[in-house]
Amino acid sequence: MDILLQQIINGFVQGSVYAMVALGYTMVYGILGLINFAHGEVVMIGAMVAMSVIQLLISSGLPPLLILLISLIISIMVCMALGYSIERIAYRPLRKAPRLAPLITAIGVSIVLQNLAMIFWGRAYHAFPSLLPNNSHMLSGAIITEVQILIVLVALGMMGSLLLLMHRTRLGRAMRAVAENPSAAILMGVNINGVIAITFMLGSALAAVAGMMVSANYGIVHYYMGSILGLKAFTAAVLGGIGNMRGAMVGGLLLGLIESLGAGYIGDLSGGFLGSHYQDVFAFFVLISVLVFRPSGLLGERVAERA
Amino acid sequence: MIASISKSLLQVRNLKVAYGGIQALKGINLDVAPGELVALIGSNGAGKTTTLKALAGLLQPSAGEIHYRGISLQNHAAHQLIQEGLVLVPEGRGVFARLTVEENLQMGSYCRNDKSSIAQDLQHIYELFPRLAERHTQLAGTLSGGEQQMMALGRALMSRPKLLMLDEPSMGLAPMMVVKIFETIRNISAQGVSILLVEQNAKLALEVAQRGYVMESGLITLSDSAANLLGSDVVRRAYLGS
Repeated sequence: MDILLQQIINGFVQGSVYAMVALGYTMVYGILGLINFAHGEVVMIGAMVAMSVIQLLISSGLPPLLILLISLIISIMVCMALGYSIERIAYRPLRKAPRLAPLITAIGVSIVLQNLAMIFWGRAYHAFPSLLPNNSHMLSGAIITEVQILIVLVALGMMGSLLLLMHRTRLGRAMRAVAENPSAAILMGVNINGVIAITFMLGSALAAVAGMMVSANYGIVHYYMGSILGLKAFTAAVLGGIGNMRGAMVGGLLLGLIESLGAGYIGDLSGGFLGSHYQDVFAFFVLISVLVFRPSGLLGERVAERA
Repeated sequence: MIASISKSLLQVRNLKVAYGGIQALKGINLDVAPGELVALIGSNGAGKTTTLKALAGLLQPSAGEIHYRGISLQNHAAHQLIQEGLVLVPEGRGVFARLTVEENLQMGSYCRNDKSSIAQDLQHIYELFPRLAERHTQLAGTLSGGEQQMMALGRALMSRPKLLMLDEPSMGLAPMMVVKIFETIRNISAQGVSILLVEQNAKLALEVAQRGYVMESGLITLSDSAANLLGSDVVRRAYLGS
């Protein structure tokens, strides 16, 4: 088995998920200068909702692909409503407050969502039902599953569409204009609150898809899954340059690769002293390194001074 | 000389604006008739920019009334005014530096949905400012100050304004560019667009305007025809440096 290729495949799959979640962080930061620390919980809620819908429908006799699609759509809609409500309740009233205030409400929202999920779905790890026959394929010495192929394809498709939306449509133009100069955008007739709400909803839709991807890949859902995933996606956004959408995509894929290769080789490199369970260390090593050596990130043009 | 109330496009009465305890506008009255070019002059800090910002809905007045085309603007959000034809080109131009020149111009027509006439207007702007046509794919941040001011004017025109408010269009520009910008302002006015022009360069402003108001520390202290103001001793001493 080709270990290097295998780690690259795993990293690419995980990186696609990070990139999708990182986009949510970076879009909101770009427009409000705010880190939405509750974003990871939106991913978790997306996964939980999808799981519940699938469990509800699995014995209905509907074709598996249709069940998957229905659960995806419901999960996206729930997450969009959630993202909208978070902005409306926790951030909009604090739009003019000092920057620390919305950061604190973000952490508050995150705790509330986690606990609500715990009350509703329990503390246990849930198995995410597998609907599609998850066949594996050999690819010059490495294994890739069909679910993984689907994850990468959907992620690339969604990110491509998002870039098209941002650069080819009136709405995308307005979003970029608001991010750059809100008061000038108002003068052009842009309804800032509307654009901000749409930004949160788009980010949350991506989070819902990402939540389903990561659960389908690992087969496990848990009320706590959003927090570490959220932190890593935030790291990916910082790595790429927070506020920069292409940066979030590149940062996500890169972080996935770094983590996967790091976990794959740390055993060999440390002579067996450290094992692959140190995987999580790499993301935070990257986060600290970027913040120390290149705070503006790989593709960021300006130093993120507004945190 | 003051336009009668019934003929006013814009009618401002007793407008007051306070910034946290400091009274920036202490109750001003101001009118703009349809098709008129009105200059608002005064020294730094007199309240000219505050006046425009309040008219554009960016600042909440503490008292007073603004009537535009006979309707009170009290219940309009700032972003709705452009649809009524009330457009501000802000101080410092408010360009979107990371959007291209063409995208900036398209932002001007954000509230319109008549696709074919938007395309025509864009073509018209490019004819008016060939420099912008040459640079339409460039990021706006790479333009010179004068080009950015042209773009800001072009962007405002893309909205088909009825009343155009310009805040210091000559600021920071080379003398040749100032001449060009004022020529454009004169042309826009000749096409029937009403203009409220705020300028520190009082001479230039009064030369293109039909009427003028002089502001001093939050109050309008003089109002007359532009020609009379240009000839008045008070104005000459205070603002024209002679």
